[in-house]
Amino acid sequence: MKSIVYSVLLLAVAFSLFSGTGPNGYIVGDKALDFTLKNVDGNMFALSSMKHVKGYIVVFTCNHCPYAQLYEQRIIDLNKKYKSKGFPVIAINPNSPEVVPEDSFGEMQVRAKAKKYTFPYLFDEAQTVFPQFGATRTPHVFVLDSSRIVRYIGAIDNNPESPEEASEHFVESAVNALLRGEFPTPDFTVAIGCPIKVPKKKKP
Amino acid sequence: MRPSRYCFLFPFLLFLLSASRFFAQQTVIVYDSIAQLETRFHPEGNTTIIINFWATWCAPCVQELPYFEQLHERYTTPNVKVLLVSLDFKTQLQKRLLPFLKNNNITAEVALFADQNANYWIPKIHASWDGALPVTLVLQGTTRSFHQGEFENYEDLESFVTPFIGALYAPKR
Repeated sequence: MKSIVYSVLLLAVAFSLFSGTGPNGYIVGDKALDFTLKNVDGNMFALSSMKHVKGYIVVFTCNHCPYAQLYEQRIIDLNKKYKSKGFPVIAINPNSPEVVPEDSFGEMQVRAKAKKYTFPYLFDEAQTVFPQFGATRTPHVFVLDSSRIVRYIGAIDNNPESPEEASEHFVESAVNALLRGEFPTPDFTVAIGCPIKVPKKKKP
Repeated sequence: MRPSRYCFLFPFLLFLLSASRFFAQQTVIVYDSIAQLETRFHPEGNTTIIINFWATWCAPCVQELPYFEQLHERYTTPNVKVLLVSLDFKTQLQKRLLPFLKNNNITAEVALFADQNANYWIPKIHASWDGALPVTLVLQGTTRSFHQGEFENYEDLESFVTPFIGALYAPKR
């Protein structure tokens, strides 16, 4: 009898260990899967199509969120500063236009043109890429190295409202560390942001 | 006494009453640091505090706000407190937050939390929170409970807080 109890317990422990990984997206050290999404220029864009890069600054962002808007110029500046050094920005809008019409593909095109984006602005239309990464909010940044290993997850800096007052520039420090051949510290930060918008499942 | 002497008083009182309603403005306390906000995390005795983190720009937050207002109105005992912690910016207090509270008839206590260094304070709210809004924290004594994301309806919110307040202060429906 006791052995049955033990084996049930063991099974439960094993099961909880297995289910503990996976569903919440990447953690630092994981290898990111390649993805292909529609870019605002109308073409499909694959992460693996970027050649001769030292890494990637993947930013989940969008049109409507005030925090994304506050960080927009900083995202543009990141690409300006780091694309030539081998770390281009790849922006992805993960929101469903069904929930937020302002985040539709057409509106993305308008915004990218108006703000002269110098980086791909991709639409996660099927909402499959952001759960893979484990993105939950906008903006939410994932810095990958050249082998697509996730090296940093989190915020751009520590002051959303005024960039001048930010005392820590997390993404810049992370990329600089990788350029020096070091691991970023910190490699994980949290920040306030807009929740990623998914349509409510139709109740049966 | 003759009624005519006092009949002017009635409209005057009526005016006062309506005026006080009209001018009644929600006062919003501003907490500049997590240390200040944390003073609210230790309710005395068997008092329960339900703290909701939200912002006027956050659509799911705004959607669930009426449920918190409803909770506040139903549980009138001083042992149950609702605190709505807005993460709107300080510069938006007059222009946006106060008019919003007035337009939506929010009477529960509202605080504006202006600490920008979220990477420092978010883990102090809950270890698993990564910063997406809204979240709700329920505190009583040393017990705390954390809810990520919005409540679908009032009943969901109430059943989340019932373990703290339900048995003692179940209100009549």
